[in-house]
Amino acid sequence: MFTATPLTLKNERSEKAARLVFLSMTLLMVIPLLLIILHLVAKAWPILSLDFLIKNPSHGMRAGGVFAPLLGTIYLVLFSLLIATPLGVMTAVYLNEYARDNALTRIIHLAVVNLAGVPSIVYALFGLGAFVLAAGIGRSVLAASLTLAIMTLPVIITSTKEALSSVPFAFREACWNVGATRWQTIRHVVLPNSINGILTGIILQVSRAAGETAPVMFTGAVFYKAIREGDFFAYGLLDQCMALSMHLFTISTQVPDVPDALPYGTAVVLLGTVLLVNAFAIILRVRLRSRKKW
Amino acid sequence: MDLSVGLSTRDLNLWYGDFQALKNVNLNIRAGIITGLIGPSGCGKTTLLRCFNRINERYGNVTTTGEIKIFGKNIYDADVSLIELRKTVGMVFQRPNPLPISVYENIVFGLRIHSGKQNLQRSATDATVEEALTAVGLWKDLHNNLKAKATTLQLEQQQKLCIARLLPLKPRLILMDEPCSALDVEATRHIEELMLSLAGQYTILIVTHNMAQARRVSEECIFMLMGELIEHNSTVDMFISPQDRRTADYIEGRLG
Repeated sequence: MFTATPLTLKNERSEKAARLVFLSMTLLMVIPLLLIILHLVAKAWPILSLDFLIKNPSHGMRAGGVFAPLLGTIYLVLFSLLIATPLGVMTAVYLNEYARDNALTRIIHLAVVNLAGVPSIVYALFGLGAFVLAAGIGRSVLAASLTLAIMTLPVIITSTKEALSSVPFAFREACWNVGATRWQTIRHVVLPNSINGILTGIILQVSRAAGETAPVMFTGAVFYKAIREGDFFAYGLLDQCMALSMHLFTISTQVPDVPDALPYGTAVVLLGTVLLVNAFAIILRVRLRSRKKW
Repeated sequence: MDLSVGLSTRDLNLWYGDFQALKNVNLNIRAGIITGLIGPSGCGKTTLLRCFNRINERYGNVTTTGEIKIFGKNIYDADVSLIELRKTVGMVFQRPNPLPISVYENIVFGLRIHSGKQNLQRSATDATVEEALTAVGLWKDLHNNLKAKATTLQLEQQQKLCIARLLPLKPRLILMDEPCSALDVEATRHIEELMLSLAGQYTILIVTHNMAQARRVSEECIFMLMGELIEHNSTVDMFISPQDRRTADYIEGRLG
């Protein structure tokens, strides 16, 4: 009794094989990431220092640091999220809490999903046409931020909606049945219980806003702009600015004889910024999970 | 108008989209007693219950015709505020659904959303909490633990809390939608005792699948089938000598 038949043995062998294959694929996936980071840091090592962060590029982009592009990227990310967050969150609240399932809602939903799939170069052209030219803002931090905001909006809407709908329906019923309006329910119960999820979704958009090159190249980022080193308010809203992603592109392809470490250093700063923000998002999510016990 | 009538409907019809869930429901429910609402699944008990504070309208595609009067007032009148209606007509659910905040805040939640920003004195809310928790028999167990998160309580305590949460709003009618179906025998007994102690002061309407429960707690009983009201009688009469054959079939287990 209970002894393995040849068929059982075969099944057990394939089970082992399957596990091994899946495990090795997972490990394989991690390797490129580690290699990229190692390679970047190793190549950038000679140039990495505090000076690199607080000095402008100099000598025709062949020396100096990344202060102007770093500050530009921070501006662009900050302003784009400042614009996209209220718009996206409020849209998601409407769609999830108020909208009935009718033709209009379905069209809006379809639009959001499709917008999320539009390539960034198309947003770039839209930004150029709508904000830079038609609205007359000109190439500037503002126009570029608006373009990035439009680009990140659909994902913010989707992630916020998910966070909202993860709040149990029973909580809403409880509120409605003591006479709470929808808005009171949202304010006192739905938002407080989904705010971490909403924030996580928004923060993850930082990396997209920071990393995209095309949208900012068309709408506000420039090849070179000298700003006062160490001045964190160096750019005005209507100024053009530098951006890390575009800076990386120009010094690796447009400028001859750039020392190797410079583009690598820029990449490390870009990656570092994004990883830092993502790490923050992960911490938020872990805290969210431990708090969410109902 | 007979003052002892707490709740009445006339030709009440309700559709979810094209599906008619209530058909010409006419009933008069006496004030101050517990009325049981029985019938097989999908017969419209919960739907009928949800009509009485018009919460049905929050669930989407619902059409209602007819008249519902609560303490003589037609709740479909233009001057009826849904907020005031829902304060007066409280609801308890199948699964206890306390909010994920403290016991204390659960009780005063209703008061907070219905008073201006600074109108609530701490001493007043303290008194409210004690009064409400005492009324449902939780004060002794929880008075040292008011800051505990309500969702961490035992199910029975959660359900009592959900009843207590209604009381500060001074409801007159309490709707209960199978309030014990998630609870064990002991907890069920305690909730039933609580209901009996609240009857008189409040008019209570309870939907239940448990016929023994209907017999134990309700004074009158309503039997529904396929969206229609089949029989409404005193509980004793209904269970001993049902007038309609379908009621008899259901009570004796040949139906549903």
